[in-house]
Amino acid sequence: MLTQTINEEKLLAEFEAKINAEIKIEPKDWMPDEYRKHLIRQMSQHAHSEVIGMQPEGNWITRAPSLRSKKILLAKIQDEGGHGLYLYSAAETLGVSRDQFIQWLHEGKAKYSSVFNYPTLNWADIGAIGWLVDGAAITNQVSLQRTSYGPYSRAMVRICKEESFHQRQGYEIMWRMMEGTVDQQKMAQDAIDRWWWPALMMFGPHDTDSPRTSLAMKWRIKRESNDQLREKFINKTISQAEIIGLKVPDPNLIRNEDGTFKHGDINWDEFWQVVGGNGPCNQQRLEHHFNVHKEGAWVRESAIAYNIKHTNNQ
Amino acid sequence: METRDNQGQLWEVFIQSKPGQAFKHAGSVHAYDKNMAIENARDTYTRRGEGTGLWLIPSSEIVAVTENEAEYFFEPADVKIYRHPTFYNVPEGVTNM
Repeated sequence: MLTQTINEEKLLAEFEAKINAEIKIEPKDWMPDEYRKHLIRQMSQHAHSEVIGMQPEGNWITRAPSLRSKKILLAKIQDEGGHGLYLYSAAETLGVSRDQFIQWLHEGKAKYSSVFNYPTLNWADIGAIGWLVDGAAITNQVSLQRTSYGPYSRAMVRICKEESFHQRQGYEIMWRMMEGTVDQQKMAQDAIDRWWWPALMMFGPHDTDSPRTSLAMKWRIKRESNDQLREKFINKTISQAEIIGLKVPDPNLIRNEDGTFKHGDINWDEFWQVVGGNGPCNQQRLEHHFNVHKEGAWVRESAIAYNIKHTNNQ
Repeated sequence: METRDNQGQLWEVFIQSKPGQAFKHAGSVHAYDKNMAIENARDTYTRRGEGTGLWLIPSSEIVAVTENEAEYFFEPADVKIYRHPTFYNVPEGVTNM
């Protein structure tokens, strides 16, 4: 028992030395249980978010206003599915099966980003999602490219390469609306009014209320805190809004002398309500995922049967 | 922790970005057979002209040496410094060698 403890201490010291030297941790390396658990939770949450995030956007594929915008939206949603797959693959290297991740999602044991529990009411929402929701996600993901876990880091590099198109296409939708009729301008402003705060909430609770942050920062799973990332996002997004004539719905926003911003109070009651399952679309999103997975079971069963038949004939 | 409905077995994806270049590991996909593995890899990893070639290998077929074993495994090569050109001296004035 004593040797085991000494051995663990030695392994932990080696592990932390690697982290401090910016050497990535790879799947077969020794890692503390808490590190593995944190990654399983964070990476599966991330993967589920990519996949569930396809639903609010998929809502508008058949009603996209032009063939151009429909093709773009389809490509973007396909990317999100791909990002989910990169992340599931990376998360599986921690020793949890794909099937298990899906089961935890269906049982409510794994979460996805709460922002996808808001509805997409009109076409301007597709613009706001690309610009603000993907914009917030990019801010987070750029930082995560430097995460200490190798497979997660590599998935982030790949995802970041693809995400900037997502943000630009969303911003272009908003810009075109702001150049359009008064009604279109109102739609665009209404969309930022509804999506601004949920986008800020995507970064999670304030650092002072985020119990897991310190360990995640120490082991460099996360490289910047929730508040640091949120501020980065706000500072780059506000001028983008101003350039096309949109107003950020924050009456208490303060412009600092150095050009950065201080945002007004975030409605954390709303955040925790949505996290707790009481957002406008929580039930709908999860039910849809569950049903599609169940209805698609015959496809997976056929594929297994086909493979067996094919292998036997060889 | 393999369960029944796991969306097929795991395959590793290698992409050749240009003709003549080495195939580089990109990630993995799930698939039930070779054809599906190739198609899933195309749809997942090469949506923007990332490749001119793809290799798919069942993950269970890969034989690997990991960093933990690296020290003793590669040690025989480390001591043979005479395999490097810088080990040798040449007379003053010799060029193009």
